[in-house]
Amino acid sequence: MKTNDVILKSVTRVAAVIILTFSIYLFMNGHHHPGGGFIGGLSMSSAIVLLYLSFGVDKVRENIRVDFKKLAAIGVLIAIGTGMAGVIFGKPFLTQTFGYYDLPIFGNTELASALIFDTGVALAVIGTAVNIILSISEDR
Amino acid sequence: MFYTYIFLPLISAILVPFLYKYFNRFVHTGWFVLLVPLSIFIYLVQYIPSVAAGDTYKYTLSWIPSLNVNIVSFVDGLSLLFGLLISGVGSLVIVYSIFYMSKAREALHNFYIYLLMFMGAMLGVVFSDNLLVLYGFWELTSVSSFLLISYWYERKSSRQGALKALLITVLGGFGMLAGFIMMIMMADTYSIREMIANLDVIQSHGLFIPAMLCILLGAFTKSAQFPFGIWLPDAMEAPTPVSSYLHSATMVKAGIYVVARMTPIFGGSSVWFWLVAGIGIITLLYGSLTALRQTDLKAMLAYSTISQLGLIMCLLGVGSLAVYFGPGESSTIFTVAAFAALFHLFNHSTFKGSLFMVVGILDHETGRRDIRYLGGLMQVMPITFTIALIGGLSMAGLPPFNGFLSKEMFFAAVNDVSKAGIFGLGSIGILFPIIAWVASIFTFVYCMIFIFKTFGGQYRPEKLTRKVHEAPWGMLISPAILAVLVILIFFFPNVLGKYILTPALSAILPTMTPSPYDLKISPWHGLNIELIMTIGVIVIGLLLFKSSKRWIQAMRNYPQGLTLNHWYNKGLSGTERLSASLTNGYMTGSLRHYLIYTFAFFVIVLVSSLLLLYGFQFDFSNDAAISIFDIGLVLGMVIAAGTVLFAGNRIVAIVALGALGYMVAMFFVIFRAPDLALTQMVVETVSTLLFLLCFYHLPKLKKGIERIPFKLTNLIISIAMGLTVTLLALSANGHKLFEPITSFFENSYKLAGAKNIVNAILVDFRGFDTMLEISVLAVAGLGVYILVHQRSKGREQHENE
Repeated sequence: MKTNDVILKSVTRVAAVIILTFSIYLFMNGHHHPGGGFIGGLSMSSAIVLLYLSFGVDKVRENIRVDFKKLAAIGVLIAIGTGMAGVIFGKPFLTQTFGYYDLPIFGNTELASALIFDTGVALAVIGTAVNIILSISEDR
Repeated sequence: MFYTYIFLPLISAILVPFLYKYFNRFVHTGWFVLLVPLSIFIYLVQYIPSVAAGDTYKYTLSWIPSLNVNIVSFVDGLSLLFGLLISGVGSLVIVYSIFYMSKAREALHNFYIYLLMFMGAMLGVVFSDNLLVLYGFWELTSVSSFLLISYWYERKSSRQGALKALLITVLGGFGMLAGFIMMIMMADTYSIREMIANLDVIQSHGLFIPAMLCILLGAFTKSAQFPFGIWLPDAMEAPTPVSSYLHSATMVKAGIYVVARMTPIFGGSSVWFWLVAGIGIITLLYGSLTALRQTDLKAMLAYSTISQLGLIMCLLGVGSLAVYFGPGESSTIFTVAAFAALFHLFNHSTFKGSLFMVVGILDHETGRRDIRYLGGLMQVMPITFTIALIGGLSMAGLPPFNGFLSKEMFFAAVNDVSKAGIFGLGSIGILFPIIAWVASIFTFVYCMIFIFKTFGGQYRPEKLTRKVHEAPWGMLISPAILAVLVILIFFFPNVLGKYILTPALSAILPTMTPSPYDLKISPWHGLNIELIMTIGVIVIGLLLFKSSKRWIQAMRNYPQGLTLNHWYNKGLSGTERLSASLTNGYMTGSLRHYLIYTFAFFVIVLVSSLLLLYGFQFDFSNDAAISIFDIGLVLGMVIAAGTVLFAGNRIVAIVALGALGYMVAMFFVIFRAPDLALTQMVVETVSTLLFLLCFYHLPKLKKGIERIPFKLTNLIISIAMGLTVTLLALSANGHKLFEPITSFFENSYKLAGAKNIVNAILVDFRGFDTMLEISVLAVAGLGVYILVHQRSKGREQHENE
């Protein structure tokens, strides 16, 4: 059945970019303002799912060549890895640390190891959410 | 340093798959694995001089400090003896396995991972001072034994044997856990050494006997004592290196280790003596009698292991009498009995290990291990025969082999115990030497059968499936080393006694002070009653062996219905039937039923515990005023929820559910929780999408199905559920039992450098939770993927057929 989804496709082209940008903003912003790995990851996966919905699974798969199962595993590994980093420096597991550095363009910036941990969270969330939705949608 | 070595097997197990994948084509993986036990053995040998001088070592590694669970390791004579056995026999077994397990055909990575896992677990058992850590490693040995027995999992008998071993040993393990918990409650410490220091508290406590019974259940199941020993013969389905290592030299001795370790605490009680010594001697008789009627060489050795373990157990029971008598003259003979237990334990590992390897060689070279087919192999395999002869005669208790020495000491111990005159021994104590003597005759006969039915007699190559020749040197070297030890120990028993056994003895009976003279092992004591008993064993044993043709068939025709195995099988199938009928009774496959159980349970447990603990307290004084927005939102939510219930088609229901979720998000906005509101909104979007996807698979709501008949119970349960949650939320707010921890989180900028408290909690303060949550999330995602894809794969296969 050929569906008439011109409006959906046109809107998606614009909306996906906005949602993806916003999700990255949410993720980076999480340390001091509302947001963080979980929300950022989830909104990014909703953008990806929107792409799947409007352009079809095969077409998106050609353009986003990511195995989402592996992405989830990598996310978990990153999270555990930052935990282990504390152990290597003789601190308890999952000790987070932070510091302030003068970086070229950004000026005085705070860098926190929690951000790496949050990256793991975000990747795990994206991987899992997309993986589940894809699996169920492919089940025919 | 110490922990590096103790955890070396577990750590190196991680490397095995890579070694197997990249190097197995060139080098047998076993050569890499061999380095592990060898380095542990060399490391532990360095402890011998200082431990022999009476030193002990304690190492602590904190694991769950908040629960006071630390991996405290304790090196004393007893743990060192076991550690040396585990790493020493482990090295030999791995050398043997390199030649036994074909590099081309076998899944070596599985085999060596399981073996290393076992080795690590076993080292953990013997070096742990913390009871709960000991228990954890104890169960890990059961699990790794299960995996090793079922190594050839294509065979039905392997799987059944593995399951039987797991069921019986884990049953005992649970018993032991209960016993350990009772001991921890009594002594208020996890440490075995602190318990020994606080003996009075434990011994006068009401739980003393129950704890003892539970721990003995664990020890007896693991050490295959009567009537739990039936798992051991079935465990012989494992590859022979495993049988030789786990099921004769190390794992089955874990029960003995626990009994020895607990002797300072429980020894001296009559229940302990009668159970340990009594069950031990019954096992000795049962094992030796049953070994006689086996035709499979491995089964014969399995029953012989059961019987020898019974012997060691019995000696430990006799040794525990020393605690009753206390230090002094009268306890010396019992102290020597405990010493003999350790001596025989060591000897048994040497001769039984070599015998198992001999059977492995026979199996490997002839393809048979049934004595009815074997015979005359002496001329074809002279070296194997020599090793079997040394091991077999040592097991039979003949000089000049180490088994003779410990057998003599065993006879001396049972003679002494019959004269002890306590615990009711005066009247029936005489049974001990009689049973011991009879069992020794049987032992002698099956040893003769083992040696001479296999290697003596007529060589009949036509009955064998392969062309027989002597085994390769690699398979001979390990049993040969053990056989040499068998002879060396006979001639120099006191070297072993002084450096290894005496320190171990002082761990079992710390209060005793035996003089070195008492603990001197010598082959010749003069013509005393023990020697006469041994001569009697040999004479009658030879007569029985010569006439074996006449009675052995009668033994083999023993009715199956009377064996312990028969009862085990009946019990197992009975339990399976019972559990199946019980489970089928409530697992109806209807989601509605399951929700009813869950909700009813939830309501009953929560409401009754709240009522019993006076949990209902309401305090509205701190609550915010209710605004017009709140009322509007709640009204909207009620309407949305009602729409979900009464909607005539699914899309409407899903949309209404989504609306409900968004209104909850609105509440978060009103109460100024932007993080929660954002999360709720995105989650709501994605889950509505998921619903729509699943929706595709659901049957259409037809008019007929749509009208669910009204059920009063469902209404009551749903109202009760709603009420419970509401009351719970209200009374959770009404209590002020603890200081709120809000102030801690408010410091998040200082502590975590984050201005967003919610995020700081997620990634830093409660980072562990988040880490585990995303792990669960990822695993759940994989689960969905696998379920869906297996199903579509299955369907494709179905279509192809």
